[in-house]
Amino acid sequence: MEKIDVVIVGGGFAGLSCAYALAGEDLTVLVLERGDFSGSKNVTGGRIYLGPIRDLLPDLWEEAPFERHVTKEALTLMAEGSSTTLQLSSQKMNQRPYPSYTILRSRFDRWFADKVMGKGVYIVPEKRVDDLMLEDGRVVGVKTGEEEIGAEVVVAADGILSFCAEKAGLRKPFEPQQVAVGFKEVIQLPRGTIEDRFGLSGEEGMAHLFVGALTKGMMGGGFLYTNLDSISLGMVIGIDAINQREPREEVYQLLDEFKQSPEVKKLIEGGTLVEYSAHLIPEGGINAMPKLYADGILVVGDAAGFGLNMLITVRGMEYAVASGVMAAEAIKDAKKKGEFSVRSLAHYEDLLRNSFLLKELETFRHALSILKNPRWFNHYPQVICDLYEKLMWVDENPKPRLSSTAYGELRKSILTLQGMKDILSLRRI
Amino acid sequence: MTIEDKLAQDAFKNDEASHITLDQSICKDCRERFCIYSCPAHLYSLNEETGQMQVEFAGCLECGTCMIACIYGSVNWNYPRGGFGVQYRYG
Repeated sequence: MEKIDVVIVGGGFAGLSCAYALAGEDLTVLVLERGDFSGSKNVTGGRIYLGPIRDLLPDLWEEAPFERHVTKEALTLMAEGSSTTLQLSSQKMNQRPYPSYTILRSRFDRWFADKVMGKGVYIVPEKRVDDLMLEDGRVVGVKTGEEEIGAEVVVAADGILSFCAEKAGLRKPFEPQQVAVGFKEVIQLPRGTIEDRFGLSGEEGMAHLFVGALTKGMMGGGFLYTNLDSISLGMVIGIDAINQREPREEVYQLLDEFKQSPEVKKLIEGGTLVEYSAHLIPEGGINAMPKLYADGILVVGDAAGFGLNMLITVRGMEYAVASGVMAAEAIKDAKKKGEFSVRSLAHYEDLLRNSFLLKELETFRHALSILKNPRWFNHYPQVICDLYEKLMWVDENPKPRLSSTAYGELRKSILTLQGMKDILSLRRI
Repeated sequence: MTIEDKLAQDAFKNDEASHITLDQSICKDCRERFCIYSCPAHLYSLNEETGQMQVEFAGCLECGTCMIACIYGSVNWNYPRGGFGVQYRYG
């Protein structure tokens, strides 16, 4: 059977990055995308950090259609009847090269796919890969409908549900504990309104996270990102947390309640909902990492579970880009050696281990087990808001010392055995 | 705004056959109904007349949450055929 060199399954960040890095080499490369176009099946919260990946695809980013570069960060602790917000306005983040941008994937990936095609790599849309072709236990191509496409190496860039990685025996389906569901609305607002409302100039942007009462004790939170002329507003909640919640709660309704909260309502007022989307997020980190390669196959991006909930931010797209580029490096190397065996492709994992990607996953190995503690979501945000409210409260009674007020509040909630244990657990994040 | 109104803002190209099938023999013994509570598009419901679980595949956002939430393995879920299903314009 005739074979091409590389079939990349999935034209998202990981697949396109791999294709881009392979372009111009003496290799035949094909990208298969199941949607009408790259990006039509992709969703992000969305924000991407360029720092770790800028140099991996150095000529790509300058004209890239990002939304806004983030110069303001906010974290709101939501309690019953109150909330506390910590906000950073950073001049450092407002200097080129900008460290992070808000992003909408449908627009971005479509542009990226054009860049990849401009480099001579063919992307076939509307092609769902149904199965892998196996020969003596090694992957030798893919099946799509009636068609078989033979390849020296298959790159599974088919997203978090990666049926390719499963069929190659590299991983099992995810457990509810290892994934979260994100769902969001894109709400259109005039550019000027966004800039006035959030105190932004030009293409400055804001990233705002919310944690606490909005998820009703479930692991997760809310997010708001400013795009050029829209706002991405959504929530992320662990699937196991939804499964375990008593009394039961239909998760989609939480977003409506969040939108009605005084913290959010004014920010989106007058906006028009233009899209509602949902996507899974890998949160298992290094503990849920599958085998990354076998004879004739490499797994990249979400398909490899490369995502991380770092408490104060959620990461994934940088990992997709980096793993795609590193897979390309390993493929070039394998081509030189003339073999795409498991031994040859092992270079891919070496590259990952020496990069920020697996180092970060290693550093945050315990993040998920710490985040599973429901008190971060249903207890401490309330404690902090109550304390702040008490400190600020002035009434007809003589005001006690601030230190006694603080001690009195903290003694009930944080200066307990449980509170100390929880605080100490944070050392491991 | 109802969830149906939200889904009406999305672009869908629906196939004739559903890409999600349920094993009713598993569903009939399920008490938790993980699918109902976790689906962000509110597509799962219990048909009161037949007592069977049903899913409206036409509004599926293709996240796959139901397949993972259903720990009993009733949800058989595949991506829609190439070119079908939700078409995100913002993402």
